Amino acid sequence: MSVAHATALAVLLIVAPALPGIATKTRAVLTGRRGAPVLQLYYDLGKLVRKGSVYSVTTTWVFRTGPVVLLGSLVAAALLLPLDGRDAPAGFSGDLVAFAGLLALGRFALVLAGLDTGSSFEGMGASREVTFSSFAEPALFLCFAALVLATGDASLSGMLGAPVRVAWSHAAASMSLVGLSLFVLLLAENSRVPIDDPATHLELTMIHEVIVLDHSGPDLALILYGSALKLALFGALIVGVFLPRADLAAPAATGVLVLGLALVGVAVGVVESVMARVRLTQVPALITGGAVLALFGIILLLR
Amino acid sequence: MPHAIPHATPLVLLLIVLTDLAVLGTMRLSTCIRALGVQGLLLGLLPVSIAPTLSVHAVGLAVGTVAVKAVVLPWFLVWAIREAAVRREIEPSIGPIASLLLGAGAVALAFAIAARLPLPPGPDALLVPYSLATVIIGFVVLTTRRKALTQVIGYLMLENGIYLFGLTQTERVPFLLELGVLLDVFVGVFIMGIVVFHINREFDSLDSTRLTELAD
Repeated sequence: MSVAHATALAVLLIVAPALPGIATKTRAVLTGRRGAPVLQLYYDLGKLVRKGSVYSVTTTWVFRTGPVVLLGSLVAAALLLPLDGRDAPAGFSGDLVAFAGLLALGRFALVLAGLDTGSSFEGMGASREVTFSSFAEPALFLCFAALVLATGDASLSGMLGAPVRVAWSHAAASMSLVGLSLFVLLLAENSRVPIDDPATHLELTMIHEVIVLDHSGPDLALILYGSALKLALFGALIVGVFLPRADLAAPAATGVLVLGLALVGVAVGVVESVMARVRLTQVPALITGGAVLALFGIILLLR
Repeated sequence: MPHAIPHATPLVLLLIVLTDLAVLGTMRLSTCIRALGVQGLLLGLLPVSIAPTLSVHAVGLAVGTVAVKAVVLPWFLVWAIREAAVRREIEPSIGPIASLLLGAGAVALAFAIAARLPLPPGPDALLVPYSLATVIIGFVVLTTRRKALTQVIGYLMLENGIYLFGLTQTERVPFLLELGVLLDVFVGVFIMGIVVFHINREFDSLDSTRLTELAD
């Protein structure tokens, strides 16, 4: 891992908690409120780390490993992304499957931890989380398939790195469709507004928030940080598609990444302020809509 | 062939298919009508963007299309919803997921067919697959939606696809003929609207599956 790789990764890990803050701030400003500070999540994390954890007597080691596995798998997934715009620290051909697998592993650990509490309420949340991600994962693979076809490279380093600029010159329509599709997935996978509301704690409608109800202290900090990092990973995918930056020097490329992530945060905030949450039964249709966008991109490429 | 506005045509065509998919994916009648209006607006942009130069012919066609397809027809459909007091949700016989997947299949089919059609190669060849996709998706809406009003929407999408196909011949088809087609559609939808209104008043429902139960 070179210095440029390490810097880009460190920058991503540091700025990640600001992303939900930017989205919330945008939403607050657009709805005429002052809103929480952009850096609120940093304060929350600091507070949670200093607290102790409370463990229910019904829980086992599964409950305690959940947050650690979640964060570990997300950091490992970050290693597969070409964050400096050229290549990834740990990229290989076909690593897109590993990327999706690592995201799934983190989700699996968290769902198990939720089930381990023995609460029927968390079981319901776990079932929802898994149901909706079973729609989102094929959509993610369709996006990756379109990118592989557009760039002719089967690794994340290739399809989000140097060949992206060439792909835009001959398949701009497909690339923009894939970008849109990835944005729908970002909203779905990170439980943002049209799919789930991160601000609500209304029991019957929660999806993601349910399975973390029993975590406290440092464990909750790991989960909250993991959610922010996952948002940043999806943001980095979108930035990689829309802002090819292989021609820039490494520091400039990382700067563009941060700027792009901020723009993604603002976009999420705008969507959250103009859209209402859809009904739970319509979430699969929304995610399928995103998948169909990617499918359309593939059709345009195969033409 | 130089175009009056470069690069606009592929973008507009892409957006037209996205409005098709929006009609398939939504469960709300008002969103359907809004998507149809946006599609009419996009169709109005096309004669200008594919014309080699900005001619009176192209601009006239664009203005006529926007007036009929983006203003009058959507307004008329909204009026029909209000007058007939139709429920705001469409009740398709297949769900939105199946509809969307059918839509994706329709787009794939359209591109597969368009590649095999013995058409003269031209600068507007891109129009053909998109027009076929809109026609097929129009058929899907026409056949899978139960309400008379959503069937009118499907019929209009079908007509939009035919209009798109006609744009490949825009230099050869006289202006008056195009206006005649627009007028035909307008009258057709007007009559359908009145029929829909009367069905609703006679039977308290717009569900077309119940029309088979008619007897004297």
